[in-house]
Amino acid sequence: MSGSVVDNTVSSGNSSAAIPTDVSGQILDLDEDDDLEVFSKDTTLTDGSSFNASMQTSPASMINQYKFEEDADTKDIFVTVDNPESHVTAIETYITYRVMTKTTRSEFDSSEFEVRRRYQDFLWLKGRLEEAHPTLIVHPLPEKFVVKGMVERFNEDFIETRRRALHRFLNKIAEHPIFSSSEDFKIFLTAASGELTSHKKQGPGFLSRMGDTVKAVAAAVRGVRNRPQEFTEMQEYVEAFSQKIISLDKVTQRIVREQKEYLEELKECGPTYALWSQSEEELAEPLKNVAGCVDRCCKETEEQVKNLSDHLIPVLHEYVLCADTLKAVLRRRDNIQADFEAKTEALATKKANRDTESKVLSLAWASLVGRSPEEVKQQKLKGEIKEMRDDLDKAEDRLEWANNALKSDWTRWQKVMRTDLRSAFVDTAERNVSYYEKCLAVWESFLHSQRTDAEGNGKVDFS
Amino acid sequence: MREREMQSRGTDMPTQERKLLLKKMEISVAEAEKRTGKNAVNMQETYTVYLIETRPVDAASEGTNPVPDSLWRRYSEFELLRNYLLVTYPFLVVPPLPEKRAEFVWHKLSADNMDPDFVERRRVGLENFLLRVASHPDLSSDKIFYSFLTEENGWKETVFETGFQAKADSRLKALNATFRVKNPDKRFAEMKHYGDELQSVISQLLRVRARAADRLYGVYKVHGNYGRVFSEWSAIEKEMGDGLQSAGHHMDAYAASVDDILEEEEHYADQLKEYLFYADALRAVCRKHELTQYELEMAAQDLTSKKQQREELATGTIRTFSLKGVTSKLFGQETPEQREAKLKMLETQIEEGEELVKERNAECEEFVKSAWVDIERFKEQKDHDLREALISYAIMQISMCKKGIQVWNNAKECFSKM
Repeated sequence: MSGSVVDNTVSSGNSSAAIPTDVSGQILDLDEDDDLEVFSKDTTLTDGSSFNASMQTSPASMINQYKFEEDADTKDIFVTVDNPESHVTAIETYITYRVMTKTTRSEFDSSEFEVRRRYQDFLWLKGRLEEAHPTLIVHPLPEKFVVKGMVERFNEDFIETRRRALHRFLNKIAEHPIFSSSEDFKIFLTAASGELTSHKKQGPGFLSRMGDTVKAVAAAVRGVRNRPQEFTEMQEYVEAFSQKIISLDKVTQRIVREQKEYLEELKECGPTYALWSQSEEELAEPLKNVAGCVDRCCKETEEQVKNLSDHLIPVLHEYVLCADTLKAVLRRRDNIQADFEAKTEALATKKANRDTESKVLSLAWASLVGRSPEEVKQQKLKGEIKEMRDDLDKAEDRLEWANNALKSDWTRWQKVMRTDLRSAFVDTAERNVSYYEKCLAVWESFLHSQRTDAEGNGKVDFS
Repeated sequence: MREREMQSRGTDMPTQERKLLLKKMEISVAEAEKRTGKNAVNMQETYTVYLIETRPVDAASEGTNPVPDSLWRRYSEFELLRNYLLVTYPFLVVPPLPEKRAEFVWHKLSADNMDPDFVERRRVGLENFLLRVASHPDLSSDKIFYSFLTEENGWKETVFETGFQAKADSRLKALNATFRVKNPDKRFAEMKHYGDELQSVISQLLRVRARAADRLYGVYKVHGNYGRVFSEWSAIEKEMGDGLQSAGHHMDAYAASVDDILEEEEHYADQLKEYLFYADALRAVCRKHELTQYELEMAAQDLTSKKQQREELATGTIRTFSLKGVTSKLFGQETPEQREAKLKMLETQIEEGEELVKERNAECEEFVKSAWVDIERFKEQKDHDLREALISYAIMQISMCKKGIQVWNNAKECFSKM
């Protein structure tokens, strides 16, 4: 079964590689070890029906788990983040947010939960999800704090922007078919603070995490040899997308800056008209009116600038971070593949060594002694090879799983990205329309007042 | 645009002022051209000339549509005309010329006098000047003005022959000198103060407006970057591509729309500028009134002192201080013959003085009467014109908002197809 799946994912047109791409054939070809091969395989892999969310299982069954359409009717968990509060202790001051959950899922003990969480807790959750699913795409968290904007951590606007981002983050997790079933996610939503703290400590040890990192770095240094075309295309897309979204972020920030400067100048116009009206008699009323109109337009402009900052920029910024996440995910996938390729090469080398040695042995000692030191050595080699083969199988499965997980999540991510950015831009366009409509009304009311005034005095003919 | 200008500025006047040159004659400044020639010190210079076209009003209605009469004038000739009018009609608020150099510019506009946009706006301003003069009840019948419009050659000489320059020089000297009027006419003092305020507030408004225009330009133009990025982004997307691409086009359109918007606003700024310079003309009338008042007071003062001298001489008492008085006290009084002669001289001077005071008084009264009529006319014109300007500003803002609504609605449609 694994053979057929491997064919789909690993095969590529690149025939100049040192290691043949269809590795499964190579493994099965070694006749003496056929019986060993069969026994060493992990039997749970052949059973596609047992599914445990937090364990890696057969890729085929994984694919079936992905729901691409999240209908409102099938949504069975609702999460909100609100009500930021400041906490002061002897050591530090920090903000907590209220996280409310409403759900009908059976794995939850109750249907409603309310807990308080701080930013660190969100960071922890994200880390856990990334660790458990290295090639799935976790939505980014808002950054720790914005240095270049010189925003204080406790500034109201900053807190509100962060709150919205945290809300989006949790909802993205809740909407994700894999993540939303994560045990860590459930604990995050439901555990009391003390419980959460102790659960956090139970995670895989720091050292084991270190071990994984070291291995990953080693693999990364080696590099992947035969990356499948679709992942190369993905990488190219991510590069380009990253550039575009960064540009959009920059352009939008520039617009905000220019509008703020425009606003500064506009704010002086109204008072100047008002000042003028004080020297006039007949003109006093229309001038005061114009002053009022300009002031009202100023207020609308101020609101429009705030809208851009509060709504469009955070979303664009999130997708800038997403691009980085995607790059990291692709790197991790590459590392998994590199690890597999390294193990494959090592096993082949070991086997080649054993073959060479065994030839020498049979020529010289076979008839003379029987069980010689060299035969013992052979036995040891056989053991080592078996171990390596087991390792390799695991690496192969890991790769298969990683590739399929990534492919499915990639499709999912693209849909979500499209929805998010579309609605962000539609929203912005709507707000701009509303801004111009309000200003239009302001000036039309001025015209109207002048019309009724003038026609009353018989002065001006508007025809 | 020009038609609209002519209508709104020159001919939209109450009917009693229609006995005007403008009723009989169509006037326009049709074109501008660059010329090179030798100037007064025989050096090469480049300058712009403007084509003035005139045509009798009836001709157009007859349907024959004859070719208009035309001649070329440069800015300095307009200035000469205006200076002549200023000196000849000191009690009138003489319409101003468009600015000599571009001021209150925002970055996109060039401050260069040769810049085609500047030249075009100046052409409009010069036409406006001529229309204003031609619709003024007193100025429109001036012969020098008429020949300015109709006689290309020799006009300058004609102007100088009027001798206005002499009057101009003396008046200028007097105006620049500081003098104090003992009994200032309250109305004129208030008018002068108003002129000061108007000039100050319009300057401020023009400055602020120019800065705001600069910023608004930036806002719109940056949106053009959206167009570029959307277009590039659409190349890597499958389903989103079309929506992005078309949204990008609308962003480009939005960025481009600011040019027209700001050009229209320049016309509004020009209308304000005209009244900025009108404020100056108003103040000039007030100062000239002060001068006439001052001259009257001087003459009256002189007369009074002469009368007193006569009295002293006649009665032998010295009340007024004079050097003669002091020396005569010191060195003895004069002979009766000398006294007789002096008295006779004083009598003559007093007679002349009284004539002068009567003259000056009449001048003053005449000035006040004419000036006040014109100031009232000016006030009405100003209130009307500036109200129109404010209304046209509102209309411009409305147009800008409508364009914005259209563009963003279009963009929204494209975005929803992403």
